[in-house]
Amino acid sequence: MVKFSDRTMEKFKSVVSKYPKKDAALLPTLWLAQQEFSAITPEVEEYVAELVGVSPVRVQEVRTFYTMYTPKPLGKYHLQLCTNIGCMLLGAEDILAHLKGRLGINVGETTSDGKFTLSTAECLGHCGTAPVIRINDDFHENLTGESLDKILGSLK
Amino acid sequence: MAILTKNFEKKSSYTMGVYEQGGGYKALKKAISEMKPGQIVEEVMKSNLRGRGGAGFPTGKKWSFIPKDSPKPKYLTVNADEGEPGTFKDRPLMEQDPHAVIEGSIITCYAVDIHTAFIYVRGEYAKSIQRLRDAINEAYASKYLGENILGSSFGLDMVVHRGAGAYICGEETGLLESLEGKKGQPRMKPPFPAIVGAFQGPTVINNVETMAAIPHIITNGGEWFNNLGAPGVGGGVKLYSISGHVKRPGVYELPMGTTLKEIIYEHAGGIRGEKKLKAVIPGGSSAPVLTADEIDVKMDFDSLAAIKTMLGSGAIIVMDEDTCMVKALKVLMKFYAHESCGKCTPCREGTGWMARIISRIHRGEGEISDLDTILSISNTINGKTLCPLGQAAIGPAISFITKFRGEFENYIRRGSN
Ligand SMILES: Cc1cc2nc3c(=O)[nH]c(=O)nc-3n(C[C@H](O)[C@H](O)[C@H](O)COP(=O)(O)O)c2cc1C
Ligand code: SF4
Ligand code: FES
Repeated sequence: MVKFSDRTMEKFKSVVSKYPKKDAALLPTLWLAQQEFSAITPEVEEYVAELVGVSPVRVQEVRTFYTMYTPKPLGKYHLQLCTNIGCMLLGAEDILAHLKGRLGINVGETTSDGKFTLSTAECLGHCGTAPVIRINDDFHENLTGESLDKILGSLK
Repeated sequence: MAILTKNFEKKSSYTMGVYEQGGGYKALKKAISEMKPGQIVEEVMKSNLRGRGGAGFPTGKKWSFIPKDSPKPKYLTVNADEGEPGTFKDRPLMEQDPHAVIEGSIITCYAVDIHTAFIYVRGEYAKSIQRLRDAINEAYASKYLGENILGSSFGLDMVVHRGAGAYICGEETGLLESLEGKKGQPRMKPPFPAIVGAFQGPTVINNVETMAAIPHIITNGGEWFNNLGAPGVGGGVKLYSISGHVKRPGVYELPMGTTLKEIIYEHAGGIRGEKKLKAVIPGGSSAPVLTADEIDVKMDFDSLAAIKTMLGSGAIIVMDEDTCMVKALKVLMKFYAHESCGKCTPCREGTGWMARIISRIHRGEGEISDLDTILSISNTINGKTLCPLGQAAIGPAISFITKFRGEFENYIRRGSN
């Protein structure tokens, strides 16, 4: 059985108190769950459903609607390369090819050592410093193959 | 011009101390101690401030639709979903000057008698979320939030709500659904959010940049703000995001109605590598594209509408002579197909179909008749969707194909560019 740690449970209680209706806390609770359990598995969905007081189906519907909740654990570093127009105009395709070659994986896959998961993303709101990649919560801008190699090399 | 951006370069600009040193929260003090809520709405109307999220609705007018004596609680939701491709101007406001967004939001709530505000921030903007949360905590500590703000009878709570990756949640009713813990699928309008919004209560929805303008309007007056706009245009200052093939991409704060040509060639330094300009999207990816001959246009809501495109979020995407328009359109169509929420058939099916056709053309397997098929799908979507996303998708489709038809036909004949 999955269960929040005491600390996360405190956070959950504080989050719920901020909304006029308990089920409005579903998105923030999914965020807490993803941080705690690394992924929103069916078991986690059921747990969250019980906490927020909705059906597991509703949790599943919501989880699948949004791209940032993951049903299975990702690599230690989640590489999210923007391929939308601003980044495309400045070479995102070359960066993507470079990444695939260097990591030996395709989009949607994780390296066998569990270190990197590769995804593409829609506009990340950094078009002025394109091309851009989001690695976990951090943005890296004005990418070149070289700068990307340096960044990846520095990730332990 | 540095009004909305005046704090950006300061060290620790996002902290209460620095914000207050620069005159921060004086507008809130003025509003609460010297002004009646109605006077604030009036001042905002005078300023000609129009919503900076895309639709350009007059902000004061929007507020005036909120019923005065609602039995249900009223809400403010600040739209910080910033997902329109090409747009990156709300993020620096939240990261560098979160207190300006917060102060504008508090004044808005005071003016419309709202006691709970949510800031809906796109999930990817972790730093914006952190800066806003820290700043909100500071504001509670300074009695700018909470009960009896500045000793008055007015109280307000403010909550940051993190999105989770879905462009459609930037659409105001999709945002409300998402805020209520559901899939972000837009609602049928009417009823409009001003009457039935978040948690069934009357709700004001405003963009981050709209909120950040409010303290300046209160401090200096609506007329002052209006006069900051270009002569004959008015409506204040605007943050333009410019990206693509320019020498100095970035966010520029300029008078509303500055010409597109001036922004590209003077502020952003012209085209990289001294290439020629081919095309510009003037207002985020949903805005119909302009050719190089069409850039002598003022960047304001009415001037761009007059040439059948739109100011949208003020996001300018510049494409040089080497840009493949087939590829550019393919990227955009894939985006709309991916982001269609699926609630209505013309948008769900139409965007997917257009994306498949343009991808086929891009692979070199297209036929000339495909172009008319895309135009006819666009016609089918036109005016028949629940929310404006369907409309947003056909803007680029129709304009790319009609304005660059020769290039599309050549590409199809050759199977490449
Ligand atoms: C598909 C779609 C996406 C949108 N995305 C955003 C957004 O990310 N941010 C925003 O402020 N407005 C966005 N809007 C506009 C909002 O629906 C709404 O008009 C706006 O938030 C109102 O605030 P304003 O009057 O201050 O502009 C979007 C609209 C549509 C149709
Ligand atoms: S127009 Fe598209 S995005 Fe909007 S409600 Fe319909 S299917 Fe959803
Ligand atoms: S297009 Fe890549 S960040 Fe906007």
